[in-house]
Amino acid sequence: MNKIAKILCATAMLTGYSAGTSFSQDKMFEGVTVNLMTRPGDVIARRLKERGDEFTAATGAKIVVNEVPFAELFQKIQTDWATGTNSVDIGVFASGWAVELDAAGLLEDLTPYVAADKAINMDDVAPYFREINQKIGGKTKLITIDGDFQMVYYRTDILAAAGLQAPRTWAEYLSNAKAINGKDMNGDGVPDYGSCAFKKRNAQSYFAVSTVAAGAVQSKGTAEGLFFDLETMKPKINNEAWKAAFELYKATGEFGPAEELNQDIGDTRGLVKAGRCGQVIDWGDIGPLSIEADATAIKDKMYAVANPGWTSVLDNATGKMVACDATTCPNAIDGINYAPFGAFGGWAGAINTKSDQKVKDAAYAFLSYMNQAAQSNVDVTIGYTGYNAYRNSQLDDTSLWVKAGFSEDAAKNYLGAIKASLNNPNMASDFRIPGAQQYSGVVLDTELARYLAGEITVDEALANIEAGWEEITEDFGREKQLELYRLSLGATNK
Amino acid sequence: MSMSDTQQLMRPGNSPAAFSAGGRQKETWGEWFDKRSGTVFIAPAVILVLVFAIFPTIASLVIAVSRVKLTNDGFAFRFVWFKNFSKQFFGNDQIHLLGRFNEMSLIGIATSLAVCAWAIWWLISSARRGSSIIGLVGRIITAFVIVGIVLMVSGTAFSGNPWGTLGTTLFYVFVGCGLQFAIGLGLALLCSQQIRGKNFFRVVFFIPLMITPLGVGYAFRMIADVTKGPFAPVWAWFGLGNFAWSADPWAARLFVIIGDSWQWIPFIFIVMLAALENVPRDHVEAAQVDGASSWQIFREITWPQIIPVAATVVLIRAIEAFKIVDLPNIMTSGGPGIATESMTLQAVFAWRSNDFGQSAAVAYMLLFVTVVICSSFFNLVVLRHLKKG
Repeated sequence: MNKIAKILCATAMLTGYSAGTSFSQDKMFEGVTVNLMTRPGDVIARRLKERGDEFTAATGAKIVVNEVPFAELFQKIQTDWATGTNSVDIGVFASGWAVELDAAGLLEDLTPYVAADKAINMDDVAPYFREINQKIGGKTKLITIDGDFQMVYYRTDILAAAGLQAPRTWAEYLSNAKAINGKDMNGDGVPDYGSCAFKKRNAQSYFAVSTVAAGAVQSKGTAEGLFFDLETMKPKINNEAWKAAFELYKATGEFGPAEELNQDIGDTRGLVKAGRCGQVIDWGDIGPLSIEADATAIKDKMYAVANPGWTSVLDNATGKMVACDATTCPNAIDGINYAPFGAFGGWAGAINTKSDQKVKDAAYAFLSYMNQAAQSNVDVTIGYTGYNAYRNSQLDDTSLWVKAGFSEDAAKNYLGAIKASLNNPNMASDFRIPGAQQYSGVVLDTELARYLAGEITVDEALANIEAGWEEITEDFGREKQLELYRLSLGATNK
Repeated sequence: MSMSDTQQLMRPGNSPAAFSAGGRQKETWGEWFDKRSGTVFIAPAVILVLVFAIFPTIASLVIAVSRVKLTNDGFAFRFVWFKNFSKQFFGNDQIHLLGRFNEMSLIGIATSLAVCAWAIWWLISSARRGSSIIGLVGRIITAFVIVGIVLMVSGTAFSGNPWGTLGTTLFYVFVGCGLQFAIGLGLALLCSQQIRGKNFFRVVFFIPLMITPLGVGYAFRMIADVTKGPFAPVWAWFGLGNFAWSADPWAARLFVIIGDSWQWIPFIFIVMLAALENVPRDHVEAAQVDGASSWQIFREITWPQIIPVAATVVLIRAIEAFKIVDLPNIMTSGGPGIATESMTLQAVFAWRSNDFGQSAAVAYMLLFVTVVICSSFFNLVVLRHLKKG
């Protein structure tokens, strides 16, 4: 009861704080220090620090944001919590990674905290993030601070000048890229690129190739799954659909920067903001980034579409691709199967179950503060935060975005693409099982990088991934993995 | 009690208890300490070595033969024997460590056969010369490693197939160290001459060694950026605007070696400079009086005197080069593909993904290769030369 009272007081104070009112109560968490660990740099971490300072001023709890390289983030948090070091109270990471931590009993169950929290208004959080991203086994284990979908952005002015439409399929994406590649897109006299798609190893390329593959692999709805067979947990990777996706993703490089193999998302976004990319695969961040002061070349010109689709899809029985019809693609629109990919799942905060109770209370209050509409509805409109929309109030109200600097049309387009992703019954979910980082960030990433570099053929890459995923599945236990995979897709969520 | 006994009692370290009732002298504290002083003085170092070197080595060996999982209570170990090692050679990771073996080219076959024949001849001749058992075992291990490496290189690089991390590591060691030694020695020779401002050059040449490798990696990545880097216009002027070094395996490896050389040439330079300045001037002057050319002076007088230092500096540098990790990690993340990934970086990537067993196994294989190659170099090249000298 004491805990609930504290949280209620803290959230009430914070609500008052965000509304600009003064405080009359004592600071609830005076003397409490909450150590938070996340990725480095402006993206994600900077806003946590800024909001952390506000939180400290309001509640007395000191928020210490520790930044570690992205590639080491999961390992450091897991090691810290599993070995009892417990120097970290909050981990802010990909929601999909949480399943492995939860399986080891390392995550605090936030369900009672949420139930007692009147300020968070979870009903406003879009169902995908509220019910799938935040929950494991029906219990809330994470608080979302960022909603992630990969989409395709295109330059409206460049495509219009070339007489082209926004890409509906990946084949159109490629043909558009070919048509506009080499045109000067920012007026500096230098030829620019038809496509920008980060391909650096140990970065984000495995998300992008999964985005390309999603519409070719998954056609029967979210519960079908993108990566494994739901009966056997056998990898659904060594087939024509993934092969087509790998080949298409590699082909985009013909119309991209020469050094694309060594470019990560930061490099690509730099090119986008400089007006050098006609089309780009990215998360929702491009929208807010396009209104920043140093992105005048693309302001109100960078429009979005939900993940382009495919006109043929995988036949799971044969591993071949078959043309879309009412049976093979029940969710298709105009003969095109779309499967927006919830790449990464979004950044979310989890609390170390071994932290002291008063630290956990303060930690939850901080995550709640980050999530509440009063803060997040501002944060998602700012480019550097890396936070993308996840609340209905953010998705339905264009005035927030117009106030931030979008034109009304650009805001409608941007939010429309996100909503189209969220509302698609064939939305593809990212890995949300133990070993998620190994399946994707190690095996898929390494073999994709080798294929892109020409070291191995696409068939070799897919065969290696299949073998690597099987090894991980056996290591964690096939039956357990299958159960959790089905659960993550809502196939057996009780 | 005599006066001398009294004086004995007054000496520091002695106590009255040192005398027994029967008059037989017991061991004093001082004597006890004297007898064990060696043990006492060396104990802290031994304990430190045990705690910080031996224990981690044993612990990592346990990890290398296990699958390790993180649980709520810490680590859970599952003993898997040598599976973490065997899969590097025969399993899914073979292509990662050793490279891809398709058909071997004629050059590869010829090289392999020649080296195998040499190894057999060398072992037989060593046995006939009456090598000790330990020496023979050492030579067998050396021959085994050399033949294995040659087979790997013949099957990959000589046959147009991509290398694995072992080949890349050896490339960094042999090509990188060779380049660094040649340039470092050249600069040392220049600065050992009576030229103006040589102290300034000594300081300038030494600066890169003091910069963190991470800084060097980022600096070289920016310098070599073909779109935004300072040399981008030059790059474009040469018509290479559409060529990215980071997307080409050989160019990427070369850039890593350039960055590594920039940092480590000063180390070779400073050590070789010290060695050159210790060469007796009168020997050189005598040769000059006799009309010897500069090359003759270097070959006959300078080089023989600096060989021990040169061998040592190459050995130290090679041991360091085997562990290269920062530059390929920062400059290319091991890419394109795994073209620039060293064995240490492979171990780091495995460790990052919590695959501790594989990480430890790769590290142990690197240790084995490093020890065999470096000790072979020392025993078969350096010691042999010193014995001849």
